Amino acid sequence: MDATVKQIDFRRNTQGVPPNIPASVQKATGRFLGIRAGVVGQLPNWEELREAAHNIRLHAINHLDHYLEMMEKRVTEAGGQVHWARDSAEAGEIVLGIARQHKVKAVVKSKSMATEEIGLNHVLEANGIHALETDLGEYIVQLAGTGPSHIIVPAVHLTKEDIAKLLTQKLGVEAPPDPFRLAEIARQELRQRFFAADMGISGANFMVAETGTLVIVSNEGNARMCTTLPPVHVAVVGIDKIIPDWESLTVLLRVLARSATGQKITSYTSFITGPRHSAGEHGPQEFHLVLLDNGRTRALRDPVTRQTLICIRCGACLNVCPVYNHVGGHAYGWVYSGPIGAILSPQLLGTKIAADLPFASSLCGACAEICPVKIPIPEILLHLRHRVAEGDEQEAAVSPVLARAAARLGAMVYGTPWLYRLTLRVLELAQAPFRRDGWLPRLPAPLNRWTMARPFPAMDGRFRRWWAARQRGKSQ
Amino acid sequence: MLSALTGDSGGRIRMAIKVQLFVTCLAEQFFPDMLERMVGLLTRLGVEVRFPEEQTCCGQPFFNSGYQSQAREVARQWMRVFGPTEGFIVSPSGSCVELVRHHMPGLFPAGSAERRQAEDLAGRTREFSEFLQQELQVSDVGARFPHKVTYHASCHLLRGLGLHDGPKQMLKRVRDLDLVPLASEETCCGFGGVFSVIYPEVSKLMTEAKVRSIEESGAEVVVACDAGCLMNIAGGLQKSGSRVKAMHLIDVLAAGGDAGKK
Repeated sequence: MDATVKQIDFRRNTQGVPPNIPASVQKATGRFLGIRAGVVGQLPNWEELREAAHNIRLHAINHLDHYLEMMEKRVTEAGGQVHWARDSAEAGEIVLGIARQHKVKAVVKSKSMATEEIGLNHVLEANGIHALETDLGEYIVQLAGTGPSHIIVPAVHLTKEDIAKLLTQKLGVEAPPDPFRLAEIARQELRQRFFAADMGISGANFMVAETGTLVIVSNEGNARMCTTLPPVHVAVVGIDKIIPDWESLTVLLRVLARSATGQKITSYTSFITGPRHSAGEHGPQEFHLVLLDNGRTRALRDPVTRQTLICIRCGACLNVCPVYNHVGGHAYGWVYSGPIGAILSPQLLGTKIAADLPFASSLCGACAEICPVKIPIPEILLHLRHRVAEGDEQEAAVSPVLARAAARLGAMVYGTPWLYRLTLRVLELAQAPFRRDGWLPRLPAPLNRWTMARPFPAMDGRFRRWWAARQRGKSQ
Repeated sequence: MLSALTGDSGGRIRMAIKVQLFVTCLAEQFFPDMLERMVGLLTRLGVEVRFPEEQTCCGQPFFNSGYQSQAREVARQWMRVFGPTEGFIVSPSGSCVELVRHHMPGLFPAGSAERRQAEDLAGRTREFSEFLQQELQVSDVGARFPHKVTYHASCHLLRGLGLHDGPKQMLKRVRDLDLVPLASEETCCGFGGVFSVIYPEVSKLMTEAKVRSIEESGAEVVVACDAGCLMNIAGGLQKSGSRVKAMHLIDVLAAGGDAGKK
């Protein structure tokens, strides 16, 4: 995915979404939500777990400096090397530097949103290094030349028929639309590449500060191959992924898999503390941890938006979001989609680029209700809308002058009772030519933005007259 | 049930409870019949109803668009109108009540007089079904409505005010009413205030999905407790040529019996 996104136009991205995308997305999200409800229902203390998970994550974020320094110290003690990257460019340079040092030609990658965020594959590709995605979904979207459309199910927008067609085209094999056969074909392709790779790149789900341990959950086993087979392992991890200790991890692992896929635990949970310590051990000879900021410390400055950073990337908010379910993840224009994307992208990219996203929500609140770490997503959306419209301590306003003028005019009307009543009367008279049986089926721009989806009910301001008559009747 | 209203002084009903109607700008413009029925119902339940005529809007459209300065301006007007009143402020729209209760105080600096006034007003503002059930302890108003009805849970009523089952409990008490389940009852109808005009294509898809599930419920009437959702759902039903009617809970509660007399 492109790390240098210029401008996100959510409306354009949502115009003409092919109907097979929401169909495909809804099939998957519906299944996840159903299984999730089942396993969550088995835990009588689910709400307590959510509260504990929230508190653990918020504590870690509030003491980010302390735990990151602890992490750096422990990783170094374990024989690993820690690098700090302020932004995409720095992170790309660091990874490229390590690759050059080892004369790396081929990289295998396990699924990582942080490397999507910095567009790492493009950076490596531009320098003659091929990076192969080994998570099945990521492998598919890499072949398709797009980015992930879901945080945990990158190819959720594609049907098995789409995937069969893609593999047939790209690999020159006969691929039937059968999920097992498709996985088998991909596995055959990937297996040899694991052994040939000079470097493995991963992200991480958590970093446990007390022991300097990376935690990676997966269901395909590819993450374990990427982090143990090649001689060098580079992990690119957002600084927000830090947690204090293993006790915290037990709480977070319990809520993560259940919220994400409805599993009690994922098939694989890998714990990585530094490189191998002797030639006889499995694992890479070198271990590098790239700690990525890329806008996270900026998000940290604001006590409201800071809560975005406690996210554990389970994707439940995407699954439950009616907007996401109708448009798919690519509409959000960058790597993070759904409600979490709508609050995270404007913070990481800035509102100049992502001003559309805080408005890409009906504020229905289903996301906050399902979030396993209780991120108040609607509150943060409103906070970011205010940043876009009026500016705040973090950024200047980016809303168009005309919109601001309209808001001022509107507030003047609503703030002045006689003017408000007069305006309603005028509108009531003005609607006459558009009126058909109590409805206004078609209105001129900009009101056609409403009538393109459904008619307006005709305005009928008779309540005030009725009330006045009722009062007169009473007093007589 | 009415003893809760009487103060029980020698069995005579006193007009003990005063209510200020907060009609909301949307209901005022589009649902005058519902508002008249609301007055009728409350009056019949022994409530003294007042309508502060200088009211306009709570400021929600501005607040949800990010224009907090303008929201504050409109909120000040709302507070000028309702500030000097007494008793409960009752509204037929969940989202407007949510704005008043959860967001209006935050528009003013902590410790300021305006903040204290906003908090006081937030504390006495109630959504209609909430007021009936929690303040009047009334779930059965003696209505009769011989139709198949389904219920759409408005987002801000449900998740904002935490009113999960109240309106459905009231529907269940209506004579001859057949309450049928709505698939995805708690999924947003696609209104979302400014969202519906900023991203009309997405709003349309969401509305169409809601209309489909309403059709599939087999109901003749879909009930909700928010003017915004109702104008969206009613419009969606109209556009699809559906025969299902969208009604406010008040419209149903005012039907039949003698509860609906104005």
